[in-house]
Amino acid sequence: MSFLEVKNLNVEFNTTDGIVRAVNNVSFSLEQGKILAIVGESGSGKSQTVFSMMGLLDNNGHATGSVKFEDQEILNLPNEELNRIRAEKIAMIFQDPMTSLNPYVRVSEQMAEVLVHHKGISKSDAIQQSIIMLDAVKIPEAKNRIRMYPHEFSGGMRQRVMIAMSLLCHPKLLIADEPTTALDVTVQAQIMHLMAEIQKEFGMSIILITHDLGVVAGNSDEMLVMYGGEVMEIGKTERLYENPTHPYTQGLMSAVPRLDDTAEKLITIPGNPPNMMLAPVGCPFSPRCQFSINSCSTEMPNLSKVDEIDHLRACHVEIEELS
Amino acid sequence: MNSQTILQVENLKVNFNVTSEGDMPWTKPKKLQAVNDVSFQLNSGETLGIVGESGCGKSTLARAIVKMVPTHSGKVIWLGNDLLELNKSEMRHHRKQIQMIFQDPLASLNPRMNIGEIIAEPLRTHYPKTPEADVKLRVSDVMNKVGLLDNLVNRYPHEFSGGQCQRIGIARALILKPKLIICDEPVSALDVSIQAQVINLLMDLQEEMGLTLIFIAHDLSIVKHISTKIMVLYLGNMVELANSEDIYRKPRHPYTQALISAVPIPDPKIEKQKDLILIEGDLPSPVNPPSGCVFRTRCQKAQEICSKEKPEFIEAETNHKVACHFHD
Repeated sequence: MSFLEVKNLNVEFNTTDGIVRAVNNVSFSLEQGKILAIVGESGSGKSQTVFSMMGLLDNNGHATGSVKFEDQEILNLPNEELNRIRAEKIAMIFQDPMTSLNPYVRVSEQMAEVLVHHKGISKSDAIQQSIIMLDAVKIPEAKNRIRMYPHEFSGGMRQRVMIAMSLLCHPKLLIADEPTTALDVTVQAQIMHLMAEIQKEFGMSIILITHDLGVVAGNSDEMLVMYGGEVMEIGKTERLYENPTHPYTQGLMSAVPRLDDTAEKLITIPGNPPNMMLAPVGCPFSPRCQFSINSCSTEMPNLSKVDEIDHLRACHVEIEELS
Repeated sequence: MNSQTILQVENLKVNFNVTSEGDMPWTKPKKLQAVNDVSFQLNSGETLGIVGESGCGKSTLARAIVKMVPTHSGKVIWLGNDLLELNKSEMRHHRKQIQMIFQDPLASLNPRMNIGEIIAEPLRTHYPKTPEADVKLRVSDVMNKVGLLDNLVNRYPHEFSGGQCQRIGIARALILKPKLIICDEPVSALDVSIQAQVINLLMDLQEEMGLTLIFIAHDLSIVKHISTKIMVLYLGNMVELANSEDIYRKPRHPYTQALISAVPIPDPKIEKQKDLILIEGDLPSPVNPPSGCVFRTRCQKAQEICSKEKPEFIEAETNHKVACHFHD
């Protein structure tokens, strides 16, 4: 039995300007207890991929394909059934902790609501359990602070509250959509450290969505690189950093300034990200790719094995020619 | 002050009066020290990087230098003149030489002006008598410099991507041929691949036009890449100031050390073995800063003296200043 299996996932949006194909043919799988990082720039479809899995697409969005969670098909399930899976089996935390908490409601009420609704326990029990969870995410004086409103917490503390809330029902999979993007580096380090600890303690799987290659390096087992709604490369994190085999992954790795590096000049990827309004023909990266050949602009390459079973890339150009 | 020094800031202080929600109309507003006793020197052609967490006063410091916020005390000496003593019309003359680039590339461009008008605006403001043909020439010249095609002059900001908008912002800052450009988080809102383009562009332009830069960012790896020297701010106070390579190789202040260790390095092997120095807790409220050393509440090395005496900003080594009682 596979834990999470995504096959040929497509997401489309009907807009007044035409159909936007945000995610094309994305397939990946995740084992229990592993962390998968989805990396990509804004508009690459990384968030829409997980939103579609959780049934969180906007009204004009439409997903096709298959998402199997513990052998159960969860894509496009009706809301009543999804509500049993969301929070209880799959939980999600978002980028901006202020906008994902209700500013008018005390943290205690917001947290207890989850347990009362999903577990059917009494409110006072629910608050007791919530306090234990706030302790687990290292919020000092959890007993008193649970009575506070979201605005009384700092950004890092709010993200801790979000994490505690997502863990209340002991989910098996946690989806974290850019959980540290809005935070300072020192706080980011605290939160990522906390997530690693909690992942071990609860034995969860995590899908970590981020654009920060530094965060990915320290906090994931596998990574999936997306560009223009397509999967470019997928494999074990260490292998991909050591030996990126897709021109986009290579470009991305060299475009990040490193603290331990003294290079004079950054290597850049020329051009701009694709306009998703225009229907993509061929590989979305080909207009910016220095290695692109004729077939790149007409046909999207299939994902094919690099050398190991789990390392896949989608590129027409042979690996030997990329240098 | 040697001949190359173009900007010298001495003991600059910026205070804001803040009132909180529950205050009565007669309650005295509280004093918030946004920038406290900041001094530095900037030589022509150098880049000063300013780093710190959000709320540490880095943007306020930049704004205070160009008098966009009122200052409490101190001196900002620009080419021998104290800018803080000048009146509005005298200041106008110096403003030409100091330009700014802002964080949000789209929000800093007027959506109802086309690109040509936006880029030409500083020129039209400061040199209103420039003939129209010259303005056009200067605009297309500066657009080419920042890598924009000059046939885009009639387009509007919303038609451009974030990276291109930032190039427009840079073009607008360059058209007056300034000596100093203050970049306030110029790449924070951009994607990784576009960040690298904008940073390279800034470095190329600096070399070509002999610019001096003040570069503010919270991303230490970017700041280190572009800067010749780096200032670390914490709660409006300078904690360390040194050449960028020295700051990274031997950070002396516990805060700088933690800050550097918190920056993730894009290499799984290094990252998974790294000794992480975690700072506990959050930034204290700037309205009610800790006594003595401002960092002591989160510092691992803190001892009794730290709460009693504020450490002086001393030169621990040539060109390496630090404010800590127990610096390395």
